[in-house]
Amino acid sequence: MSVWSRISNVFRGDRLSDEIDEELRSHIEEAIANGRDPDEVRKKFGSFLRHREESRDIRLLVWFDSLRADLVFGWRQLAKKPATSAAAVLSLALAVGASTSAFRLIDALLLRPMPVAHADRLYAMLTRGTGPDGSFRTTDSNEYPQFRLMRAAVRDDAEMIAVSWVERADLTYASDTEMEKAHRQYVSGWMFSAFGLKPALGRLLNERDDLTPKSHPYAVLSYDYWTRRFGQDRRVIGRTFRMGNDSLEIVGVAPKLFTGTEPGFFTDIFLPTMMHAGVTHDDWSWIRTFIQLKLNGSAERVRAQLQAIWTTVQGERAKGFTSWPAQRLNRFLDQKIVVEPAAAGLSEMRQSYRVALEALAVIVGLVLLIACANAANLLMAQATGRAREMALRVSIGAGRSRLVQLVLVESALLAILATMVGGLFAWWSAPFIVARINPADNPARLVLPADWRVLGFAAALSVAVTFLFGLLPALRASSVKPSSALKGGDNPHSRRRLMHALIAAQVAFCFLVHFGAGLFVSTLKKLSQQPTGFSSERLLTLETVAQRPQATEFWYQTADHLRTIPGVDRVAVAGWPLLSGNGANGFVAVNGQPPGDVLHYFLNVSPGWLDTMKIPLLDGRDFRPDDTVPGTRNATAGVAIVNRAFAKLNFNGENPVGKSFDRGKQHYKIIGLARDARYRNMREPITPTAYVPLRYTAPETLGSATFLVRTTNPNPLTVAGIIRREIARARPEFRVSNIRTQTEINEAQTIRERLLAMLALFFAGVGLLLAGIGLYGVLDYSVLQRRREFGIRIAVGAPARNIARLVTLDVFSMVLLGSAAGAGAGLLLKPYIKSLLYQIASSDISVFALPALTILSAVLLAALPAVIRAIRTDAVAMLRAE
Amino acid sequence: MASSRPDLLQGTLDLLILKAVALEELHGMGISRRIGQITNGTFEVKAGSLFPALHRMEEAGWLSSSWGQSETNRRAKFYCLTKPGRRQLEAETDQWKRISLAISSALQAT
Repeated sequence: MSVWSRISNVFRGDRLSDEIDEELRSHIEEAIANGRDPDEVRKKFGSFLRHREESRDIRLLVWFDSLRADLVFGWRQLAKKPATSAAAVLSLALAVGASTSAFRLIDALLLRPMPVAHADRLYAMLTRGTGPDGSFRTTDSNEYPQFRLMRAAVRDDAEMIAVSWVERADLTYASDTEMEKAHRQYVSGWMFSAFGLKPALGRLLNERDDLTPKSHPYAVLSYDYWTRRFGQDRRVIGRTFRMGNDSLEIVGVAPKLFTGTEPGFFTDIFLPTMMHAGVTHDDWSWIRTFIQLKLNGSAERVRAQLQAIWTTVQGERAKGFTSWPAQRLNRFLDQKIVVEPAAAGLSEMRQSYRVALEALAVIVGLVLLIACANAANLLMAQATGRAREMALRVSIGAGRSRLVQLVLVESALLAILATMVGGLFAWWSAPFIVARINPADNPARLVLPADWRVLGFAAALSVAVTFLFGLLPALRASSVKPSSALKGGDNPHSRRRLMHALIAAQVAFCFLVHFGAGLFVSTLKKLSQQPTGFSSERLLTLETVAQRPQATEFWYQTADHLRTIPGVDRVAVAGWPLLSGNGANGFVAVNGQPPGDVLHYFLNVSPGWLDTMKIPLLDGRDFRPDDTVPGTRNATAGVAIVNRAFAKLNFNGENPVGKSFDRGKQHYKIIGLARDARYRNMREPITPTAYVPLRYTAPETLGSATFLVRTTNPNPLTVAGIIRREIARARPEFRVSNIRTQTEINEAQTIRERLLAMLALFFAGVGLLLAGIGLYGVLDYSVLQRRREFGIRIAVGAPARNIARLVTLDVFSMVLLGSAAGAGAGLLLKPYIKSLLYQIASSDISVFALPALTILSAVLLAALPAVIRAIRTDAVAMLRAE
Repeated sequence: MASSRPDLLQGTLDLLILKAVALEELHGMGISRRIGQITNGTFEVKAGSLFPALHRMEEAGWLSSSWGQSETNRRAKFYCLTKPGRRQLEAETDQWKRISLAISSALQAT
C-alpha cells in the first residue's frame, strides 16, 4: 500500500502540499488560540517551508517526483519550440523506424527460430566443395535414396527430416477448368511429430504416410492457406484436389504459427515426400536435409557418419561418370559434409539477401547516427541558450546529477516520441519492403510479428539513442560554471569545437551512405543496360500446361491459330521463356573428343522462335516443323542452332553450320548460327547455348511449354485475355498457368539490385537532408554567437569575403575531414558488399566524386543563409546593444 | 527550562504518539499536549519532529487521518490508530519494557 500511495501522491503533488500547509497552519493557529504569543509560536515552529518539504518527501517517492517534474519541465521546453522539436522528432523517428524495420527483416529472415520444438537442436546438412565451374560453393541439396541411408545410420544420435523446395504448383479443386496456384512443399511424414506440431484441424502427416512411393495421396494445408482459400471452413477435410496426375485428399490443417521451413515463402500445401517422383532417383537433388539432434546426440558424430555415407554413395555413382575428365571427378568427390545450426530454417533467400540486408542495416545505422548527431547539436545549441538557467540552478543548490537527469529526461522524451512515430513507420515499411523482394506474381512472405523481440529492439534502440544524443549535451549543461555563465561570458569556443566534431562525423557518415548508394545505383544501371540480345518489346509469355501431354503437332497448330488473332504480330513456342530462371544444361563433346568442362545450355524452341524473339540468324536456316530432337527412347540424330558463344568455345569462332556435336548419347547436327542472347541471367557472361527443336522423335508429346506472342499493341497485356481464351479454344486440354510480359521477367532479374538502389538512394537523401539541416543549425548558431566579433570587424572595415571566410572556414575543413574519413571507410567496407555489385572497378573515380560533389553542394546551400546573415550584421546596432 | 528536558530517545517518539492516540483520535496540537500530560511534562514534542513523524506513520499504515473540528472550532486533521497501528503499539510496548528492564537491572548491578 505504501509504495503505491507514494506513487499516486506524486500525481497529486499540489494537493498534497496544500493539505500539509493547511495542517501546519491550523496547528499554529491552534497554538495562538490557546493563548500563546503569535511571534513566539512562529519562531519556535521554525521554517514552515522546510517542514512542508520534509513531510512531502515522506509522503511521496522523491526520485519519482523529481522525474515527474523533469518530464513536465522537459515537455514544456519541447513545446516552447515546436518547429525544432518536431524536426528533431521526425528525423529521429525516420532513422529509428528504418532501423527497427531493418531489424524486423533481418530477424524474420535470418535470426528468428522457427516455432517448432527443440529448434535449438535443429541442424542442416550442407555440402561444401569446388563446383564444376571451379568456384568454391556450399549447397544444401540432397538426393532421397542417400537421405534414407543417412537417416538409418544416424538414428541413435538424431532424427533426419527431408523437405523439398517450396514451389508454386498448379492445382484444380472441383472442375478442371479452374486452375489455381499454391505453394507446395514435400516433407517427411514424421516432420510434424518431430517438430512437436499439433493439428489445427483434422490430422497431420505421420511416418505411415511416407513409406511407399506414390501411395500416400494425402495433403495437409497450412493455416494461412486454409484461411485465405477456404475461409476456415471445417468441411475442407476429405476434399480432394488434382495436382499434375495425382488426386490428393486433404486430411488436416497445420498449426497457425508454422508457415513452412523456408523463410521468404509460406507453404500452402504439405505433401509426403513419397508423392514426389524423385524419391527413387539417386541423381535427383531435390531435398534439403534437417537434422534434429537427440538430447545427448553429437553433431560431430552425425557429421562423420554422413560424410562416410556420402563418400560411399557418391563414389559408387561416380563410377558411372566415365566421360568426366579426372579434374572434375576429383572435385566432385572431394566435397565435405558440414552440419550447421538451422533453427531459423533454410532458404535461398537467406543466402541471396543476407549481405543485402546487412548492407541495408549499416546504411540505416549510419542514418541513425546522423540523426543522433543532429539532435545532439540541436540540444547543444539550446543548452547554450539555457546556460544562465543551468547556472541559476547550480547556484541555488541543484546537484550536477540532477542537471544531467534534467537534460537526459528531455532527450528521452524526444527519443520516446521518435520511437513511437518510428514504430508506425517500421510497422508500415517492413511489409512494404518484403512485398518488393520477389516478382509481383510470386511475392516473398515473411512472418513479421510485433512481438517482444521487435518491441525490445525498439526500446533498446530508444534508450541507446537517448544516450547517444543526450549525454554530451547533458554533461555539457551540467558542467556550467555559474560565475562565468551568469556574467554572460562563457567561453563559446569549446562548445563550438564539439559541434564541429559532430559535423565532421555527420559528413563522414553521410559520405559513406552516398558512396554505398552510388555503388548500388550504378550496379543497377550497368545491369539494366546489359544487352539481352533479344527484343522484349510487346512480348507476352504464356506458360501453358496440358492436362495430358499433347503431340507437338497440336502445340504448333495452336500457335498457328494464335497468329490469326488481330493484334498479334508473331507467335512461337518454347520450353520456357528466356531469363525466367529455368534452364537445361549438359556437357558437350565435339569432334569425337571427351566432353569439356563448360556447361552448355539447351532450349527447345519451335520454328519461328528466333524471328519472334528478334534474335538474328547469322548463318544457316531456321527450324522446320518436322525437325526433331533425339528422344529418350532412341538415339537418332537431331538438329540444333547454336549461338556465337557456342561456336567460339567449341569451334574457335569458325562457322559451325554443317558441323555436329554430342550431348551424352544424343548427336546433333548444327544447321544454324544465331547471335548471342541472354539465357540464364544478366550477371554471368553469355552462356554457350544450343537451341533445339521442340519436337522429340519419341515420345512425340509435350506436357508443358510457353507460347511467346509479340503483339502489335504497345501494351501486350491488353490482348492477354483474348489469347488465353483462344489457347483453350484451340485445344481444350491446354490451360494457361501464368502470363507475364518479357519486360516483367527481365526486371525480375534485377529485383534485389532495384530494391537496394531504391532504399539506398532514399536513405542517402534523408541523410543528406539531415546533415544539411544540422550544418545549417550549427552555422547559424555560431554566427549568432560571434555577432559582436563580426560587428567589430565590419566596423573597422573588414570586407565581406573575410567575414564569409571566417564563418565557413572551420566548417569546410570539417567537411573535408569528414569526406576523407567517409571515403576511407567506404574503401574498407567495399569488399564486404562485392557480391552485390556488378562491373564496378575500385579505380572508378566517379564513385568518390559523386558523393563528394553532392555533399559539397549541400554544404554550400546550407552555409549560404548563415554567411549572408554574418555579412549583413549591423555593426552599429550590434555595438550599441552591448 | 527546555534544556533541562531530556531529548527523546531514538524510536520513543513513535511509541509515544501511538500511545497518545490509542484512546481517542487527536489532532497534531492535541497529540503534543497529550504527550506532555502522560509524561508529566517530561517531553515536549516540537512541531518540526511531530509532523514528519505523523506523516511517516500514516504512510506506514499505523495511523489514519481525517479532517474534523477542533475544540476551538477550527478545521484540523485528526489522527487515530489503525489495526496495524495497534499491533505496532503492542510490539513497541513489549520491546520498551524489555529494554527498560534490562537497563534498570544493568544500573542496579554493583
